[in-house]
Amino acid sequence: MKKELVCTVCPLGCHLVWEDGILSGNNCARGYTFMIDELESPKRNISSTVKIISNNHRLLPVKTSAPIAKELVKKAVRLLMDVELSAPIRLGDVVVSDIFGTGVDFIATRTIF
Amino acid sequence: MQTDLVVVGAGPAGLAAAIAAKKAGVERVLVIERDSEAGGILNQCIHSGFGLSYFNLELTGPEYATRFIEQAMDIGIEFLFDTMVLSVATNMVRALNANDGNIYVECKAVVLAMGCRERTRFAIAIPGTRPSGVMTAGLAQRYINIEGKIIGKRVIILGSGDIGLIMARRLTLEGAEVLACVEIMPYSSGLSRNISQCLDDFEIPLLLSHTVTEIHGKRRLVGVTISQVDENRRIIEGTDRYIECDTLLLSVGLIPENELSSDAGILLDDVTKGPIVNDYNETSQRGVFASGNVLQVHDLVDFVSLEAERTGRAAAKYILDFVSSTDANRRVCNADQSEQQPEIHTIAKENISYLLPQRIVLEDHGDVDIFFRVKQPIRKGIVVVYCGDKELLRLSKEYLAPGEMQLINLNKQDITDDISVEVEVLR
Repeated sequence: MKKELVCTVCPLGCHLVWEDGILSGNNCARGYTFMIDELESPKRNISSTVKIISNNHRLLPVKTSAPIAKELVKKAVRLLMDVELSAPIRLGDVVVSDIFGTGVDFIATRTIF
Repeated sequence: MQTDLVVVGAGPAGLAAAIAAKKAGVERVLVIERDSEAGGILNQCIHSGFGLSYFNLELTGPEYATRFIEQAMDIGIEFLFDTMVLSVATNMVRALNANDGNIYVECKAVVLAMGCRERTRFAIAIPGTRPSGVMTAGLAQRYINIEGKIIGKRVIILGSGDIGLIMARRLTLEGAEVLACVEIMPYSSGLSRNISQCLDDFEIPLLLSHTVTEIHGKRRLVGVTISQVDENRRIIEGTDRYIECDTLLLSVGLIPENELSSDAGILLDDVTKGPIVNDYNETSQRGVFASGNVLQVHDLVDFVSLEAERTGRAAAKYILDFVSSTDANRRVCNADQSEQQPEIHTIAKENISYLLPQRIVLEDHGDVDIFFRVKQPIRKGIVVVYCGDKELLRLSKEYLAPGEMQLINLNKQDITDDISVEVEVLR
């Protein structure tokens, strides 16, 4: 089996080639883990925003605390539509906990007073 | 008003330069920012991918900015928000805001960190009507991520720069339908990872060698015509097709924002559109430095921070030398000495679009970072660095793309003559 893809672990963007169990094109071990994950169970990080009541801001940026299964991405983003928070919120605060039982949270990525 | 160093802009470059200058011993550092908070464009870049080389962590834009903003506050850097700088000279910056009116800031040096702005529909002259729904990708990013506005439902993206690619994913996740990303060149100018995770993941087609040839609609955009182009970017007759859409995003390049620089008489580079600088990132005007996207458009903020820190330290050195030499004659004497040094230029040769810095000062020892971009994508190439006619360095590269800035580090001891760089393509 042959599979070619771009490693998205870091901005280097190595062009990975997987051929019959052998990986080439990676510059580090994370590239190997990435290829295995892509073949078996691809995961993605999500960034989005939620409503916040504050003097200066309308939205609070959030992200997943760890990558979640690719097929859950769209469903997970929809969870955020119903969230409305009030300031103050601190960077790192949990906004939605345990997304679909994955153990992964949506957390705030900035502080808004 | 008086200060030692004025930094124009509180984005990533301004913050890093201000922090580095303060840490290097500059007593008073004032950052002037036209927005009402620090962080610049990072505040609207809510996606992750920042800080991998600088912090060894994958951060979002706001997280990356927070680390610098908190540090700047901690060490006592002063900020002036909602304030527009109107003119810049080595010892005087003039600015304007609603509370204070005209502000004259006396200073010893200036760091320009105004960043860049997006090319618009008019910069690329797309024919057609002028309906609403046509906007730059960065503006759309601000509407969606900061202001909480929906910009449209059926979207075409022209240009495959990184902001356009990031917005393709963001719009899809927010419920809009991104119909295609249209790129006039036969390759994308965006990072490969963004094509993979923003287009491929959502099965958004990337139409290479295509462009938008007409905009339709009276009040609101109703559709665009797209056409295929040949290798000389000329439209191929008969390839046009109409696509119904209500939004057209433009991700067609960034231009360093150098009105202040050119008004100050600072020399600009035709290719980078930023100031011509030496390896201290000092412009043609002594005591005025430049860093970040105002100097050259970067792909990664990590490189901006590193470049700006170098610039901040250089500005600090300039200020501290200036302060310590109470005798004005000594300063003049020093200047004479430096003029006796041979002036080293950097020259872009085969397959290289530009090199930065354009000049290297040999007053001291240490190393120098030289940034460059290739003109077109190259599979298997060798980067060759020459000092005069002598070969200094050969680096073999698997893949080089114009969208991915390259860096070479040279030791000043090895530099005796002009530095030129080329890429040999291996067939």
